[in-house]
Amino acid sequence: MIAAGNPAVDNAARPLTGGRRFSLSWLGAAPFFAYVGLFLLLPTAIIVIGSFRTLDGSVTLSNFSGIAKPFMARAFTNSLGVSVVSAVGGAVLGAILAYAVVTGNPDGLLRRSIMSASGVLAQFGGVALAFAFIATIGTTGFVYVFLKSHGLDIYGNTVWFYDPPGITLIYLYFQIPLMVLVFLPALDGIRPQWREATESLGGSTWHYWRYVAGPLLAPAFLGCTLLLFANAFSAYATLSALLTNGSNYVPLQIQALLTGETQQSQPGLAQALAVTMVMIVVVVMSLYTMLQRRTSKWLR
Amino acid sequence: MNRSQRLKLGIFRVVVLLLMGAFFLMPIGAMLEFSTRGNEVTSPRTLDAWVRIAQTPGLVKGIYTSLELAVITSLGMLALLLPTMVWVRLRLPRISRIVEFICLLPLTVPAIALVVGLKPLYIWVNINITPSVLALAFAYLVLVLPYSYRALDAGLAAIDLKTLSEAARSLGAGWGTVMLRIIIPNMPSAILNASLLSVALVLGEYTVANLLNFQNLQVEIAYVGLTDANTSTAVAVGALLLAFVLLMVLALVGGRLQQQHYVPGQRA
Repeated sequence: MIAAGNPAVDNAARPLTGGRRFSLSWLGAAPFFAYVGLFLLLPTAIIVIGSFRTLDGSVTLSNFSGIAKPFMARAFTNSLGVSVVSAVGGAVLGAILAYAVVTGNPDGLLRRSIMSASGVLAQFGGVALAFAFIATIGTTGFVYVFLKSHGLDIYGNTVWFYDPPGITLIYLYFQIPLMVLVFLPALDGIRPQWREATESLGGSTWHYWRYVAGPLLAPAFLGCTLLLFANAFSAYATLSALLTNGSNYVPLQIQALLTGETQQSQPGLAQALAVTMVMIVVVVMSLYTMLQRRTSKWLR
Repeated sequence: MNRSQRLKLGIFRVVVLLLMGAFFLMPIGAMLEFSTRGNEVTSPRTLDAWVRIAQTPGLVKGIYTSLELAVITSLGMLALLLPTMVWVRLRLPRISRIVEFICLLPLTVPAIALVVGLKPLYIWVNINITPSVLALAFAYLVLVLPYSYRALDAGLAAIDLKTLSEAARSLGAGWGTVMLRIIIPNMPSAILNASLLSVALVLGEYTVANLLNFQNLQVEIAYVGLTDANTSTAVAVGALLLAFVLLMVLALVGGRLQQQHYVPGQRA
């Protein structure tokens, strides 16, 4: 007991590393910090610093005022709109699917295959997803042609496939599985005894969801919705494969600035867009982490 | 729950699973259908598009490139992350929060934003280190950090790292031996998990490669899609089905490996 707090004894037990502030222990973590410093922190610093600089290197806020231009504002409205709608839609549908899974056999084949499939599909963004939906409801797509030949033209006058509604629908394809993955643990934490307790006290199904399960699941549900939002907001590949360069979405504006000639005239604009994206995601993810912490209080 | 409630729940589950099943299987089916179309509306089903995968040099090269990148990234991730995480747990627990924060950081910096900062860095890398497409592995290692960190962290939490390493060290083992012969064999499923997540991410990566002007599999798929959508769709659905098989294997193998974890006080 006396020895435990005595520095001399601690040092005796660890003669090589010692208890001093600067020790060889730090060397073990050095390669990691060198690597992330170079390939993660440096690029982040580049975009943050670059967003406040002009062509000749002086400090400015003009890059951010570039965001206020109408077509840029439009890009943000589109990106935020698609992210919000696909997050809320994905969260609701994903929660319903997760509930259908949870009420089944916990060790059953159905649950295991749905979880594995969700793992794959939640990652299935990108180019392939664009092709999948072109083959499905594109103007020569299987489902579109089938429905049309049976008298149902889902497009009518406007082909909304390449517009925000179409993009939202495509995003649901990875948002719903992600919701299943992240929301299922919370649903698993709901005990059947709570429902029985509600019923023994005379409560109906509505009472159970309104006063017991609902309030318990609300923080988790909200948190997962935020995660889905960040997920959709960061997505780029599907947009890039589906739409032309410079279309009205933030990632495509960044793409246009990085690949086009405009980079020379205002190099800080791409950085300013990137910083704005990062700030939005940081705020959303911080809220997500807070809600997640609240959920984990009763989850175990 | 009484009988009518049970019945209602049963109907609810069947309806939800059928509708969701349709939504998720339809695009995959449509891709298979699309990739087997002939040139004319009336022409019979054909596997030409699938055959053309092997005849399109860009695609073949893209597949090789992405596979190489996947292997390099996975090995690099294990070499960089695992020793650091073990070391931090044993010797520097007070910085474990910082390491976790850094590893999860890529989740809050979208790839499309990070690539803006990587661009000038890669101009330097291309000139001074290597112009090869494999240089992408540097960036990919950063992108896989959050997923690998979580997988490895779960694995390390499940074993009694301190006891194992101290026992090995007191028997005269060096740190290399501790890593290779004690720690790694005790967490096979976590290592497999972290590696497969990295492989999956690298094989599907498009953002960084495209914007840094490198040709990996996804960039080639998008490029070929401009002229020959059938072949692109064939590759895309092939890659997706391959990912399914890989993850199913992981789920099966992972379940078996999980039981081999070293649990203190429990005998095999």
